[in-house]
Amino acid sequence: MADEPLVLGIETSCDETGVGIVRGTTLLADAVASSVNDHARFGGVVPEIASRAHLEAMVPTIRRALDTAGVKAADLDGIAVTAGPGLAGALLVGVSAAKAYAWALDKPLYGVNHLASHICVDQLEHGRLPSPTMALLVSGGHSSLLLSEDITTDVRPLGATIDDAAGEAFDKVARVLGLGFPGGPIVDRTAREGDPKAIHFPRGLSGKNDPAFDFSFSGLKTAVARWVEAKRRAGEPVPVADVAASFQEAVTDVLTRKAVKACRENGVDHLMIGGGVAANSRLREMAQQRCDRAGIRLRVPRPGLCTDNGAMVAALGAEMVWRDRAPSSLDLSADSSLPVTDVHVPAAHLEHGHFHDQAYDALGGGEA
Amino acid sequence: MLLLAFDTATPAVTAAVHDGTAVLAETHQVDARRHGELLLPAIDQVLKAAGVDKHALTGIAVGVGPGPYTGLRVGLVTAAALGDALGLPVHGVCTLDAIAFQARAEGLTGEPFTVATDARRKEVYWASYDAEGRRVEGPGVDRPAELTPAARAVGAGALLYPDSFPGGHGPEHVSAGALAGFAAAELAAGRELLPNVPLYLRRPDAQVPAAYKTVLGGKAVLPA
Ligand SMILES: [Zn+2]
Repeated sequence: MADEPLVLGIETSCDETGVGIVRGTTLLADAVASSVNDHARFGGVVPEIASRAHLEAMVPTIRRALDTAGVKAADLDGIAVTAGPGLAGALLVGVSAAKAYAWALDKPLYGVNHLASHICVDQLEHGRLPSPTMALLVSGGHSSLLLSEDITTDVRPLGATIDDAAGEAFDKVARVLGLGFPGGPIVDRTAREGDPKAIHFPRGLSGKNDPAFDFSFSGLKTAVARWVEAKRRAGEPVPVADVAASFQEAVTDVLTRKAVKACRENGVDHLMIGGGVAANSRLREMAQQRCDRAGIRLRVPRPGLCTDNGAMVAALGAEMVWRDRAPSSLDLSADSSLPVTDVHVPAAHLEHGHFHDQAYDALGGGEA
Repeated sequence: MLLLAFDTATPAVTAAVHDGTAVLAETHQVDARRHGELLLPAIDQVLKAAGVDKHALTGIAVGVGPGPYTGLRVGLVTAAALGDALGLPVHGVCTLDAIAFQARAEGLTGEPFTVATDARRKEVYWASYDAEGRRVEGPGVDRPAELTPAARAVGAGALLYPDSFPGGHGPEHVSAGALAGFAAAELAAGRELLPNVPLYLRRPDAQVPAAYKTVLGGKAVLPA
């Protein structure tokens, strides 16, 4: 439809400089410049390296997205950007660029929530989200169960990890097994050769009296490390594929069981899975089986849309324009700890003082 | 010539409009933690104050540091984005050169001097200038005690370390008006300015995490 809003979205919350262009719920371009290889030898994302890479990649990635979409910047109906949560210095590069484009082109600016964007991206693949939608968001930064009636205004957290994010556990286990970084894809690949029932690793927070929708992956990670070390100390070979498969089984078992339970208890018949870990093949397979059994419709975007990208931000921005939500003001700030309930940051939201300080404090004392 | 100039390499968030002859309008706010929030509103405000439409601009001049990275990048990415969206050339100016230009405009002439700004971690960003105001050394980043600055010094870094900069005085931070004046003079003289690339001067802080710590204690055995 020609009158659907044409929106450009910018995502710089971690190590990917993402720029997407969306018309309504149709994806026109999804340009990504990643600094992941610059971080690999450090075993994790180094904030200053990510921020430097965002600055270099910002304008070229925007140009590439506009070229791919075949649209002119002047034709846009809005510019959306991840305002948080994420790495403070990295977010600031994207927010500053978005403001400059919005102001120069006289377009409305939408500072949006990274987590809500991860949910909304599914509209590009499976059409508008039903109301309500249950979302399981799993990545290197978060593991949450979220219930949304309207993705532009209302996201309610039902539970979240109390320690490590699921993706972090993948990274750490990959390191223990000497598989490299980032851990998600490598563990997934290695696990295909292994037996998921070989070792029974613990399922965190799965007891009767544990919080029903919270997660814990720290104990699991430690259990894997202990098991592997015990083998090495005994001078026995480590069955790397079996460990990877059994670990992955433990993670996906807890995630899918809690997600299906959340749907059932809240009378929700749609489950959406997003975030980088949603690209995991075993998670997708197990979620499909359990949803089929429970009569729940499963929506998972293709792997390329599950990881951080600009298209997801554009998707939420387009929905904001479509539903006539209030734009952000030019003094929009990057908020590294933006709560998941703040789906976007409209102009009136600005409570000056506390969260700006938080965003900068999050940079730590090491910044020059 | 109609230049929009701004700088975020010091605690000041400053923007100005310059017509090639004089500064038409300038804004200046000091808040080292809010460059990101303050810059675009300041740009909007200074163009309104100057009565200049953004589409009438002929170029952008931006301070490329050296300066604390997080704030510095706000200015550079804003300049790059505005340059792209408005189809304008972006000229980079060493922030210390702009402070030197301002110091001379305020009367510091006829003798060499050093400009120093606060680089945190007990260091300063610095550069030295001759009696004609030409940069002869720097920019560099060092501990003040390791420098042999000129008898006269300006900038917040000089004021912060009076033992190393006995002749320290203002200007403290950069002003976009001076930065625009410097850029306009250089462009008029047919000289090239800098690319819109940050003068970081330090490598990124990135420590390889210590060897994987075993939960059982002792040295981890990592496969090759
Ligand atoms: Zn994410």
